[in-house]
Amino acid sequence: MTQATSPSEAERTPVIEARGICKYFGAVTALEDVYLKLYRGEVLGVVGDNGAGKSTLMKILAGLYPPSAGQLYVDGQAAHFASPKEARDRGIEMVYQDLALAGNLRIDENIFLGRERVRRFGPFKLVDNAESMRLAKEHLEKLKIEVKSVRQRVEELSGGQRQAVAIARATAFDAKVVIMDEPTAALAIKEVRKVLDLIKDLRNHGIGVILISHRLDDIFYVCDRVMALFHGRNFAEAPLAETSRNEVIGWIMGNKSPVAQAAKIFDLN
Amino acid sequence: MATTTSDAQLSTRERSLRVRLIPYIDRFGILFLVLLMVLIGAITQPGIFLTWRNLSNLPGQNAANAVLAIGMFVVILTAGIDLSVGSVLALAMMTTAVLARDGFPPALLVPLPILIGMGVGLVNGFGLTKMRLPHPFIVTLGTLNIARGLANLVSGGVPVSGLPEVVRFWGAGNIALGNVQLPVSLIIVAVLYVGFLVFLQYTRTGRHIYAIGGNPQAARVSGINVDRTLMLVYILCGAMAGLAGLLVAGRTNSGFPNAGIGAELDAISAVIIGGASFFGGRGSVLGVLAGVLVIGLMRNILNLNNVQVFWQQVLIGVVIIFAVFLDVLRRRAGSASE
Repeated sequence: MTQATSPSEAERTPVIEARGICKYFGAVTALEDVYLKLYRGEVLGVVGDNGAGKSTLMKILAGLYPPSAGQLYVDGQAAHFASPKEARDRGIEMVYQDLALAGNLRIDENIFLGRERVRRFGPFKLVDNAESMRLAKEHLEKLKIEVKSVRQRVEELSGGQRQAVAIARATAFDAKVVIMDEPTAALAIKEVRKVLDLIKDLRNHGIGVILISHRLDDIFYVCDRVMALFHGRNFAEAPLAETSRNEVIGWIMGNKSPVAQAAKIFDLN
Repeated sequence: MATTTSDAQLSTRERSLRVRLIPYIDRFGILFLVLLMVLIGAITQPGIFLTWRNLSNLPGQNAANAVLAIGMFVVILTAGIDLSVGSVLALAMMTTAVLARDGFPPALLVPLPILIGMGVGLVNGFGLTKMRLPHPFIVTLGTLNIARGLANLVSGGVPVSGLPEVVRFWGAGNIALGNVQLPVSLIIVAVLYVGFLVFLQYTRTGRHIYAIGGNPQAARVSGINVDRTLMLVYILCGAMAGLAGLLVAGRTNSGFPNAGIGAELDAISAVIIGGASFFGGRGSVLGVLAGVLVIGLMRNILNLNNVQVFWQQVLIGVVIIFAVFLDVLRRRAGSASE
């Protein structure tokens, strides 16, 4: 297991860092002593086979689960998240695999869900729909996301548009980190590129992105660095420029070198 | 850039009248059903139906269902159900009547039924969110029986009649407005419905209720306290059931332990006829009002035409199925327009 970071990276403070994270569900060990660092303006790919612990690790970073052991740091300061709300308040946002949107609500209502714009009317605080729609429209334009109207209900949108709304939701409030769990898994091919370009856009805005994906095409198109989990542990990690598709496939399957990987597949030993 | 398309980009299909009408039919379709009822009433009983004497009966007859239905609506918005409201109505009514008989201070008799309703609502919310009973059907089926049993226990199973003026006022009183006597129950319903409209459409909690109905997981990860909101929803519904108990007590000047048997089904019917979805997240306060009116007008018209009460039940069943079927057709047309 390596914590290889280039010297220039080591000088910076990671925007989010996990040290020695363990997570047990009853007798099951989901994560064992896992480390992760993410810097501003960086896209980190996280790969691993089903059950490797990727989603569990992300849910810990996003405040959905507390870790059994280990420590999170945001901008170098220890952080404890009791709920996703606390993580969001610290700028850690997650785009869930099942998108976590309410189909019966408008696009802008989804973007501001749980953080509605309100105006005072005497003793009451009422939702300011006009302001909500205006801000949502502005934000979508900034992200170059095209929809017919923010008044549309989310259930009327295509898979790619929903994914875009979910990402818009995650970035509407000064996010520092956006965690995405398989954002392209359910998309039509022509929509995949749009979402990936959106991720590049976020990076260019200085946001740190963690991308979980089974699709190596996605990883190699958009990531700066890739790390692999295997059986709930750190397995390998490298800047994208220093690795290859075959090597990463090997990591996913629990092999360090492509040669060993090939040997295993073709049973050469 | 463009989050809206200019008119030029809209296809002719999107501009066609039929498709453009869909959102309006979606919102106001149920009002046509109400108008149809009025028309049928006016045609079958001209000279009676549209008289003040007949119409002024409607608020009193339907206020309790209107109050139960608005509470039920909020619950159904979260994809829940509250079967206990009919029994809660009876429990609130009986307790009020018995305490009135035993000389309880009359001024306290007005908030009392509402507090009893909130208490049962609290139990319902507790069973759902803390005991994690699998579906609100279960816990409210339990409280349906518990509250009905208690309603009989407090009175020994016998009716109590004769209530103080302060209680009768709410169910049977009138307030003079010029030369028109406005029923107090009508004013209560009007205030409640406006209040619920503002609450559900324009407060954060109201929008959270819709979000929970749409996708509880999305609500949870958005930082919405889903359990607390559900608790509030069931307490509100219970409060409405208690208030309905007060109205019925006032109207009948009595308490009887069999009051409100099956009332939960009338309330559910009104909500569903009004276009709310059983799966949560869909429906409007205006729709609920229309649903209450449809049921109330239908009963009134059938009574005026001397139709047997058993046939009324048959017809209400037909209307439920027909109204929801219309809704299905409407949605199919709506999704075909995409």
